[in-house]
Amino acid sequence: MILQCENVSFAYDGVNVLEGVDFSLNAGDYLCVVGENGSGKSTLIKGLLGLKAPQSGRILTGDGLKPTEIGYLPQQTELQKDFPASVREVVLSGRLNSLGKRLFYSAEDKKAAAKNMERMGIDEIAGKCYQELSGGQQQRVLLARAMCATKKMLLLDEPVTGLDPVAQNEMYNLIKLINLCDGITVIMVSHDIHEAVRYATHILHLGNRQLFFGSAADYKQSDMARRFLGGCRT
Amino acid sequence: MILAEMLSYPFLVRALVVGVLVSLCSALLGVSLVLKRYSMIGDGLSHVGFGALAVATAFNAAPLAVAVPVVIAAAFLLLRVSRSSAIKGDAAIAMISSGALAIGVIVISLTTGMNTDVSNYMFGSILALSSADARLSVALSAAVLLLFVLFYPRIFAVTFDETFAKATGTRAGLYNMLIALLTAVTVVLGMRMMGALLISSLIIFPPLSAMRVCRNFRAVVLTSAVTAVICFVLGMAASYAWEIPSGPAVVAVNIVAFGAFALAGRLKRVSNIH
Repeated sequence: MILQCENVSFAYDGVNVLEGVDFSLNAGDYLCVVGENGSGKSTLIKGLLGLKAPQSGRILTGDGLKPTEIGYLPQQTELQKDFPASVREVVLSGRLNSLGKRLFYSAEDKKAAAKNMERMGIDEIAGKCYQELSGGQQQRVLLARAMCATKKMLLLDEPVTGLDPVAQNEMYNLIKLINLCDGITVIMVSHDIHEAVRYATHILHLGNRQLFFGSAADYKQSDMARRFLGGCRT
Repeated sequence: MILAEMLSYPFLVRALVVGVLVSLCSALLGVSLVLKRYSMIGDGLSHVGFGALAVATAFNAAPLAVAVPVVIAAAFLLLRVSRSSAIKGDAAIAMISSGALAIGVIVISLTTGMNTDVSNYMFGSILALSSADARLSVALSAAVLLLFVLFYPRIFAVTFDETFAKATGTRAGLYNMLIALLTAVTVVLGMRMMGALLISSLIIFPPLSAMRVCRNFRAVVLTSAVTAVICFVLGMAASYAWEIPSGPAVVAVNIVAFGAFALAGRLKRVSNIH
């Protein structure tokens, strides 16, 4: 068990927005969190990252995973679109949680950043400005940064939104590769339910409460999926 | 020529030394403030500083000793208020700054009356610094510079992506407070020479100029610092040569620099395309 939610609920101003979340993941699982807008997906992400405390229930981590060692790929903010930072600077900032009491990045930090840039295929644009990259390149930069922050778990918030189909595919393949080759547990929030069942091992379906949790194969057989997949075969 | 002549006056040497240090501080902090969309905080704080200076003068207290803690308190208040949703950040800044300005003007007109001192507070004067003030200013701005350099990786992370920094265990709130604290100290130190109404230009112009041409964060920070120092020295020389208030002179040089950087940036982009 690397992550467990025990009957967790979240509330804003005393009103529950998400309740009855109860699931656990093992190392190497690939969980896709699906649900409509406002179903509590983003709230769950904040909870898992420790940015929002649950109203009730407990979130536990295991296998030596610290909550601050979850690699996170957030949705892009307006602010970052005109931010003057090089690819190298952004990726290196993922090593912040390895700094501890040190003030500056070490040679080891820089090596880790270089390795992750190479794996994401962005080592040749390391000196380029983040704001001048294509959407797909920007996402790969943020993925490399997330990889710098973790050895065990990645949390991705709508990582393919706004990308063209080619870049979307590249992104999905990269994520699957990280999951399979490095054994890194992946939790991905996604709109795209068809792709979700294709790549993930587990599905968590939210609608202000937990509607479904189980393997992707079971999910495909469920009534819920049939309704959401709109009768499409995947 | 003019510079050599200026350096023969002790009060001008003081003004130049303190001004260069303050320009450096504000240029560095300004990069983070501008990118975080906090540019107006400098402006708000300077008005609070004006109010504090007016009250200090009225009670014959040491101006810096009163203004530094008051402005630091205002900076924390602004950060806290702008995070709560009751009053939005920009409205909160406008409220606090115009309020402080009003109180400052009332205190002045009840005590000394509107005179050249008041004009100096508002638009800056190169004669403003006593040697005690200068020593305190040098010590404080050295501390600001040192803290900025030591926390540079964290300041970058918090500026670029606060949520990510928080999620990976960085206490972003703490570093936001550090930035606000350093800004408050810098604003008070620079106010005497630049004037309460103009000090925020030191925070905003050099970073924006640097961002026209630089493509990474470190280059922006360094270019901003160098630009700020050059503009300040030229502005002071102009102020001395033509007997104009020092604040507006420095701002005017910064405007010219911004125009030059903007042009250079455009030329660079055009030449990249071809």
